[in-house]
Amino acid sequence: MRDSGLKHLPWIVLAILALSALSFVAGSRGEPINALWIVVAAAGSFLVAYRYYALFIGRKVMQLDPARATPAVYRADGLDYVATDKRVLFGHHFAAIAGAGPLVGPVLAAQMGYLPGTLWIIAGVMLGGAVQDFMILFISMRRDGRSLGELVRMEIGRTAGTIALIGAFLIMVIILAVLALIVVRALAESPWGTFTVAATVPLAILMGIYTRWIRPGRIGEVSLLGFVGLILAIVFGQSVAASPFWGPLLTFTPVQLCWILIAYGAIASMLPVWLLLAPRDYLSTFLKIGAIVALAIGIVIMAPPLQMPPLTKFISGGGPVWSGALFPFLFITIACGAVSGFHALISSGTTPKLIANESDAPLIGYGAMLMEAFVAIMALVGASILDPGLYFAMNSPAAVVGTDPQSAAAAVTAMGFPVSADTLVQAARDVGEHTIVSRTGGAPTLAVAMAEIFSHVIGGAAMKAFWYHFAILFEALFILTAVDAGTRAGRFMLQDLIGLGIPAFRDTTSLVPGLVATLLCVGAWGFFLYQGVTDPLGGVNTLWPVFGISNQMLAAIALMLATAVLFRMKRERYAWVTAIPTAWLLICTITAGSLKIFSADPAVSFLAHARRFSAAAAEGQVLAPAKSMKEMERIIFNDWVDLGLCALFLLIVLSLLFFTIRSCLAARRSDTPLVREAPRQEVAPA
Amino acid sequence: MKGILSRLRQTALLMVGQSSYEAYLAHLRTHHPEREPMSRIDFFRDREKARYGTGGGRCC
Repeated sequence: MRDSGLKHLPWIVLAILALSALSFVAGSRGEPINALWIVVAAAGSFLVAYRYYALFIGRKVMQLDPARATPAVYRADGLDYVATDKRVLFGHHFAAIAGAGPLVGPVLAAQMGYLPGTLWIIAGVMLGGAVQDFMILFISMRRDGRSLGELVRMEIGRTAGTIALIGAFLIMVIILAVLALIVVRALAESPWGTFTVAATVPLAILMGIYTRWIRPGRIGEVSLLGFVGLILAIVFGQSVAASPFWGPLLTFTPVQLCWILIAYGAIASMLPVWLLLAPRDYLSTFLKIGAIVALAIGIVIMAPPLQMPPLTKFISGGGPVWSGALFPFLFITIACGAVSGFHALISSGTTPKLIANESDAPLIGYGAMLMEAFVAIMALVGASILDPGLYFAMNSPAAVVGTDPQSAAAAVTAMGFPVSADTLVQAARDVGEHTIVSRTGGAPTLAVAMAEIFSHVIGGAAMKAFWYHFAILFEALFILTAVDAGTRAGRFMLQDLIGLGIPAFRDTTSLVPGLVATLLCVGAWGFFLYQGVTDPLGGVNTLWPVFGISNQMLAAIALMLATAVLFRMKRERYAWVTAIPTAWLLICTITAGSLKIFSADPAVSFLAHARRFSAAAAEGQVLAPAKSMKEMERIIFNDWVDLGLCALFLLIVLSLLFFTIRSCLAARRSDTPLVREAPRQEVAPA
Repeated sequence: MKGILSRLRQTALLMVGQSSYEAYLAHLRTHHPEREPMSRIDFFRDREKARYGTGGGRCC
């Protein structure tokens, strides 16, 4: 008895520490607090949640069975199914789930102050996001490592499976558009950034040739060479940008960049994978992990104070970065990092085929997601250590703050965040850019913050411009890899879906269906990208909430699947574990989706916006920001497309709710469990 | 120390879809001794295709 009490003691101390840090963060007013308080609060909470909640879910809810063979054991083939060391698999899984999402969402959420985002990330991941990833990993692991679509089909029904697949495809389209938009916003009018990012294409091709013919399979070697090339590109980029010939040639408007990216996406996704996609993935993956580790170390060494207030007046709506009030929009703005539906596709992808023992599942499923939440916390800290005046000047659309430092300083000061034009000019000069006014999308803001932190540790002010472009490159690199890989994934999803009607489309080896599906996929995300780029409010304002709604909707679908599975296992007394986060996500997405359609505020609702513009157009008026009747028509058309998309998302989530409830009721009526797990096999009879 | 380094190397490789060639060889030796295993380079290409052929599983 005494032993079991003692072993909890360190955890109780840790919990008290985390709680006091959290209450200090929540209670502070006035004096800026140190960022480390947030780091301690998050890390402490995560460790305690892992030790108790993840273990509770594993032992009681799932009843993980270490003696039960996993697919990696009973299907072992040395290729796709390989029993893997849990620490190695943790790294693999984390690298697969953490992308640009957890870095961008929290930066945008900082417009409400650091407190709401911090609390939502911490609570959201412990009770929602990590539970989702863990449950889906468990469900897939017990079913030969099947994918989400197949799992929904098996446990909820055929129609529900198809609906979930349609939802997953739409999310893919929106993700690609919004990621590409972030790159456009980061590289527009920035010859230095454009040069370094463009240089990665020939660099990756050289690496591809190296791994194909010169030294096949030497990934470490070629990545090191590639990394040297990247650093040279950043250093050299400064002179290229300053050159009177190359500088203007590499200075693109957002619309030009948009077309370049669309062409790039179409071509890159049809090239052989070894030529461009694989080598660039090496660079982006290793750089991503390296930058995340460096950021964590940098924050701890610098221990910066938070300049952003804990709460801003924008919690009740009217913020320039994105529209809408704290509820429900904060909870969809920070999707990745708190709860990300997309992870359900990863947790039912390669990971369940590699897991060596059921008892490894909590570390991989729950633990890796906690790690991603920690990345999100660092991004939030990054945005909050900047001068709020600078933050709002960078993240407000040009329609609000204009395009020059004077207008931006005046507009942001009027918002209640005093900043001088000189500060904005100096901040741009520090990072080697012409301007930092209205550089929306989150990536430039995070890059400024990373430059601030890294230059504090290495190089001082002189290195700021280098670190800024390093950070931009790091973000753009893995976004471009995602655009390429995502277009391929989207193509196969589409071929699968069209194949339901036209079976010939299923053939992934023949040329025409592949080409058609690729072009359809690029066309779909290209449409939303173009719409975002030409949107006078900067696009992020419109697209990011749609992305958030779609991602949280997928999370709701995954958690509904998990709830149905618990009912079908006859463990409905534990169904609250998944039902509570499901309910919260349904409340958030349905409210947000309905507001996007029915709200009376044209800044929030597509319908109200379309009506206002239609009414003006009928009277022959041209409303700003449109400059012609043609632009008016385009704005109205875009509104209707976005509206249709939100309606479709709502329809998808509501129909799946219906199927889930039906499945749960059927399970309750049955006396025996209905789940369709793969038959239990003992771990090797040695 | 050597263990940690080799695990880090394995982790980095698995992040880009390359599972262990040694594990593959060991599997083939014990379970299918009659089969001729792929060479290291063929194994690399096979894994490359498996990861990237369908887009490569990664998140936003």
